[in-house]
Amino acid sequence: MGAFMQIADYIVSPFSGYVYPNETVLPWTVLIVIYPYITGLVAGAFIVSSLYHTFRMEAFKPVARLALLSALAFLCFAPIALLSHLGHPERALEAIWTAHWTSAFAAFGYVAGFYGILLVLEIWFAFRVDIVAMSQSSKGVMRRIYRLLTLGSTDVSETALAYDRQWTKVLAAVGIGAAAGLHGYVGFVFASLKSREWWSSDLMPIIFILSAVVSGVAVLVLVYVVSSKVRKAAIDENCMAGLARVLWAFLIVTIVVETLEYVEMFYRRIEGIEMIKELVAGPISTGIAIQALFSLFPFVILTVLLARRVRGKPLITWMSVSSLLLMCAVLAMRWNVVIGGQELSKTAKGILTFIPGLWGREGVVWAASLLCGSFVFLWALARLLPPWEPVQMSE
Amino acid sequence: MSESKSVTDPAGRRGFISLLGKMCATTAVCSGVGTVALGNLAAAASSASTAAKAGFPAEGPVPAYDWTKHRWAFGVDSTRCIGCLRCVEACKVENKVPFNPQNFRTWVERYVYLEGEDKPRVDTQSDPVNIAAAASPQDYRFSNRYRDKKVTKAFFVPKLCNQCENPPCVQVCPVGATYKTPDGVVLIDEKYCIGCRYCVQACPYGARYFNEETQTTDKCTWCYHRITKGLKPACVEVCPVQARVFGDLNDPASDVSVFIRSHPITVLKPWTGNGPHVFYHGIDGEVT
Repeated sequence: MGAFMQIADYIVSPFSGYVYPNETVLPWTVLIVIYPYITGLVAGAFIVSSLYHTFRMEAFKPVARLALLSALAFLCFAPIALLSHLGHPERALEAIWTAHWTSAFAAFGYVAGFYGILLVLEIWFAFRVDIVAMSQSSKGVMRRIYRLLTLGSTDVSETALAYDRQWTKVLAAVGIGAAAGLHGYVGFVFASLKSREWWSSDLMPIIFILSAVVSGVAVLVLVYVVSSKVRKAAIDENCMAGLARVLWAFLIVTIVVETLEYVEMFYRRIEGIEMIKELVAGPISTGIAIQALFSLFPFVILTVLLARRVRGKPLITWMSVSSLLLMCAVLAMRWNVVIGGQELSKTAKGILTFIPGLWGREGVVWAASLLCGSFVFLWALARLLPPWEPVQMSE
Repeated sequence: MSESKSVTDPAGRRGFISLLGKMCATTAVCSGVGTVALGNLAAAASSASTAAKAGFPAEGPVPAYDWTKHRWAFGVDSTRCIGCLRCVEACKVENKVPFNPQNFRTWVERYVYLEGEDKPRVDTQSDPVNIAAAASPQDYRFSNRYRDKKVTKAFFVPKLCNQCENPPCVQVCPVGATYKTPDGVVLIDEKYCIGCRYCVQACPYGARYFNEETQTTDKCTWCYHRITKGLKPACVEVCPVQARVFGDLNDPASDVSVFIRSHPITVLKPWTGNGPHVFYHGIDGEVT
């Protein structure tokens, strides 16, 4: 048997019970775990920026532009995960040029493209005054780059700036819908498949949106804290308290909806429930434990932070801890959905156990590289367009 | 090309007749066995390969074929299947399916009810115990693992693509690389498939697999390159007990029309609304 298993270049998952022969190689693995994860970070980060740009919640001003850059950085890397996964990435654009509209996948290029254009436009309006300033203050190549980025629009009069703010507000408002749509759509990609009991749920898109916001806010907290520490800049406590409120609100709804999903599944005793029990107690038991504990513990922390109006270093420390745990919880949730769904055989008579490979296109190293790459890209974006504070105009 | 000719045309069978001759010793063993595994078919697979190369028409367009005039369907008579797996091997050879234990256009499931157990034990040729019992990667067989058990009921169930009326795989393909032909067969354009594997996920029957060699999805086409030339699918051609039946529903005298008329039949997972076109006889509710 060992010799047989080595014939394949890909990972064959061991199984118990009965599974279809073609199921022993999981079609979607770690790249499709991090694809919705990274997409979720986009949605969450963007919504925080919109709270300032559209609803003028001043508490979020310190992170509003950082959130926009974060959303762009993650949005650039989400398609790379998908492209890396394709057997023929060189044909990927066919999904746009000759989209087959009955497919949920066909919309990805358009949804992501629309959202990307909207995001770039909003970033341009939000940073235009800085770009103009830097096109005057910087030297050499950077001066040329910034001049190019102004697109010839160098008017920074109050009228022009008001125009910028108005555009930013409108784009941010539209962007809330686009962000929710983008991630709800990702949930629909899974939920619309009636072939997999684990995915086929009306609550799936909602869970995806809610958990996306949680992970996006969490990553923003971490980026803000780490970048402030690196820059030796003060962390705005009001901003952190505001982020704690947003996180708490979305987290409680996420926990409730996710719990409902499980309760409903078990209470209705849907087809193959015995196998689902085996799945939860077996291959994804660690993932479920991480998802549950790393959601509940931060929820308790956030509740205490808000109820006791904690400020200062404890607020920053515990917010960072909560955010880190929540990012892990949402990543575990993505794993449990994507991998768990495939570990549950379509026969409803067997369970597979997927063990990811380290190297190769579908390996953990490449998936982690993409995840890390998005942070490196964010760092580069922040160097190009510092989101921290407005640059003083040089007259 | 008339349908009656397609059913009886001996020319395309020549290779397989030769193959069947070489298999006669194995067939003799098969005929007496209902529930247990059969012997080594590696030599037969090799012969099938030769036959496939020598006897079948070259692939390419078939000018005389009018796909609006046919409505293909497939029948599986589980009461006849002896689990010899000759169909699996013939399919692998005919359709260049990778010779490994993970990728199949067709496979055979074995359902065994043991005394005192109310749920069947199910396995296929891909089960590790069966793989271990096989002589080589080109050989598929069922191990005789229930030799010392008291079997109360057992049957084999050949599986393949159901060529659904409402195929979910076609619905989810983002580029339309997989499509349904007017004669009812779902095909894949491997020059167009982007390899996203969404269709593999959407198929509730596990009929699709990702071919690592071509980096595209693959599945059973009922040997479309053969049926459009008046031949039968390779699996039907080699089945020694006529457990696999194929034909045109537009022809009331076709093998499959007669099969459907003369047997109580069912389809797999009817609740999906997919409308499978593989009709089963002799299976119970445990078959999914």
